[in-house]
Amino acid sequence: MNQGGKGVVKKLNELKEGEKGIIKQITGNSRFQRRLREMGFIKGTEVLVEKFAPLTDPMELIIMGYHLSLRKEEAGKIMLECEGTL
Amino acid sequence: MKQKNITVAIAGNPNSGKTTIFNNLTGSRQKVGNWSGVTVEKKQGTVHFQGYEIKVVDLPGIYSLTPYSIEEIIARDFIIDEKPDIVIDIIDSSNLERNLYLAVQLVELGVKLILVLNMIDEATSKGVVIDQQKMGSLFGTPVVATIGSRNIGMDKLLAEVVKVAEDKEPVSRHIHLPYGEEVEEEIRKLQARIWEFPELTSRYSTRWLSVKLLENDSEIMTMLENADSKYAPVLRQSKRSSFHLHDIFEEEPGNFLGERRYGFIHGLLREAVKMPKESGLTLSQKIDKVMTNRILGFPLFLLLMWAMFQLTFTVGQYPAGWIDEGVMWLGKQLSQFLPSGTIKNLITDGIIGGAGGIIVFLPNIMILFLCISFFEDTGYMARTAFIMDKVMHTLGLHGKSFIPLLMGFGCNVPAIMATRTLENRKDRILTILIIPLMSCSARLPVYILLTGAFFPQNAGNVIFSLYLLGVVLSVISGQIFQRILLKLDAAPFVLELPPYRMPTLKSTMIHMWEKGVIFLKKMGTVILAGSMLIWFLSSFPQPVSNSHMTKAEIMEQTYIGRLGKFLSPVVKPLGFDWRGGVALITGFFAKEIVVSTYGVLYQVGEKEEESEGLRSALQHSGMSPLVAYAFMVFTLIYTPCLGTVAAIRRETGSWGWTFFSVGYSITLAWMMAFLIQQGGKLLGTL
Repeated sequence: MNQGGKGVVKKLNELKEGEKGIIKQITGNSRFQRRLREMGFIKGTEVLVEKFAPLTDPMELIIMGYHLSLRKEEAGKIMLECEGTL
Repeated sequence: MKQKNITVAIAGNPNSGKTTIFNNLTGSRQKVGNWSGVTVEKKQGTVHFQGYEIKVVDLPGIYSLTPYSIEEIIARDFIIDEKPDIVIDIIDSSNLERNLYLAVQLVELGVKLILVLNMIDEATSKGVVIDQQKMGSLFGTPVVATIGSRNIGMDKLLAEVVKVAEDKEPVSRHIHLPYGEEVEEEIRKLQARIWEFPELTSRYSTRWLSVKLLENDSEIMTMLENADSKYAPVLRQSKRSSFHLHDIFEEEPGNFLGERRYGFIHGLLREAVKMPKESGLTLSQKIDKVMTNRILGFPLFLLLMWAMFQLTFTVGQYPAGWIDEGVMWLGKQLSQFLPSGTIKNLITDGIIGGAGGIIVFLPNIMILFLCISFFEDTGYMARTAFIMDKVMHTLGLHGKSFIPLLMGFGCNVPAIMATRTLENRKDRILTILIIPLMSCSARLPVYILLTGAFFPQNAGNVIFSLYLLGVVLSVISGQIFQRILLKLDAAPFVLELPPYRMPTLKSTMIHMWEKGVIFLKKMGTVILAGSMLIWFLSSFPQPVSNSHMTKAEIMEQTYIGRLGKFLSPVVKPLGFDWRGGVALITGFFAKEIVVSTYGVLYQVGEKEEESEGLRSALQHSGMSPLVAYAFMVFTLIYTPCLGTVAAIRRETGSWGWTFFSVGYSITLAWMMAFLIQQGGKLLGTL
């Protein structure tokens, strides 16, 4: 886990299979934010990209220990702090 | 002794095993209906325990109590307005963090709550250790552990219900979620304003209402704003407080209030739950490595869909055939006993014929819902949406629309009923409007007859072109509906992929049985009324007896014949004569009848309908292959049958959408047939 903002900020849909990051910010309209929040997408939570669907969209994520699917387009509204460099 | 009553509402996330527990508690003493005004299933049941009659209401599965979906509004309004004595929150023990979010909101609502840690065995095997007493005392609610699939813990749960109802549970107390001093101060200011309105304090907890105001809860806001500025002081304070908090935290109050709730949950989990260290792949993940595999996922999906389709429509054909024979036998028996006359005809042709036409669908519906229920309960249904969403999304649909659309090729009626699996109303209506363009099996006899007569060399290609045309039109129509008609706010695609689980036989059977009953009860009445009307129109006015009229001449005299003639100017531009018009009118009832109507109109014996007789009669009728094709296209597109109309009415819950669907399909059918007829003529003369 990265402390002190040393990590790289990426959009969730830029992550590859098996990569993970910590939620920094969620953009999009308030309805979208609210829906994600109640599914556990709050600042500081870890998200892991489990896999992509056979047709490459949507993507499967693991958050708070359960599995969830988001379309890439919507995953692009979630900013993560990830380890490593670009 | 007078019986004492307790009303219990069951709340919980989807996939938490809520329905299984409801079924365990109430068994067969259930009533299934709709919540008033919407097509969300409402289930109620009763159970007798320790001298109480406990009424159990199964609320829709929800993740939160914000008013952003019909399900959430229903659950919230039920708890606020109906004030059940107790709310039971079913929690998936192996997914505590997210499941407790709803529990926290229920605590805030100030209801008498019981937390049920369901599927406790799964959590234990994962290495999750829960200190139930500690959790209960932190939450201020009793906690009961259960295993729904093995019917374990139900008596404990019922005993707890009675204890809480009698106020004999020492653990139960109201806790206040700590939001931090800045927020608490604003809550106090808001509460002070709200106290001035007794009608608000009697309905809501003032703290809950204050929090909702800070969150800018749309339903609460609308309710207060629509009261002729009566609540202006409350609203003014709410605006001030929101601004103030926004200034301090540089964020929407809704955001950090949600974060605080999760903060409370994290604190609770730290104290009461031991989580396992990083574990390896779960069984469910291993299964999914295959089921949603990049290479294998698709073929496996297609194989399962094919199997479901075959099971529903090919295997289902056998029991359907037996039912058909049974109905015919019944008709024959009755016709021997009843005196000849109008009543006899009404009963044998109108009612038995009509009802027979309905119940032959029953096996298909039961088998289809057996499969759907199996897919839903195992968790595979969510994967079908995961796999197909990309394709369906380009059509403006949801991944879950695929199964209903596919089923449409078998029969539109169960297909429309299957749209219930779609949570969002927009997706549901869009799918329902498109399903009739999937060419169902009842349209096939019409194609076979006409291609046999006019395109004997190319029958396969011609029929395939019709199926393809239906799909192409559905894509175009989908775009139109989406852009012009359904500008509803699209819900984000947020789909939980629950762990694979073995469904219980009981739940699957209950689900299948319910669908069968709904079909017979609700649709049966509409179809029965419709078939009696069609019978009336095609039997009256009765010809003078002893006349030597042929069947065709008799039909010409009836209302339906007259209607066909009256409408012939409408179908003339399409190249159809009045016979075609009559066939299409009867086809509105059911597509199979088109063929038998032709049989009557062209005066061939009933046995010969599908054989040489009718085919050569059609060939010599002056109908051109082009007109025959236009006729098939019309058959493909216009309203499939009365059963479909009834299903659309039931599943959209609106006559408006029902009439729209009928009107749209007839208009589109006419336009396409016209284009083919006129275009073909033009090409022919070139």
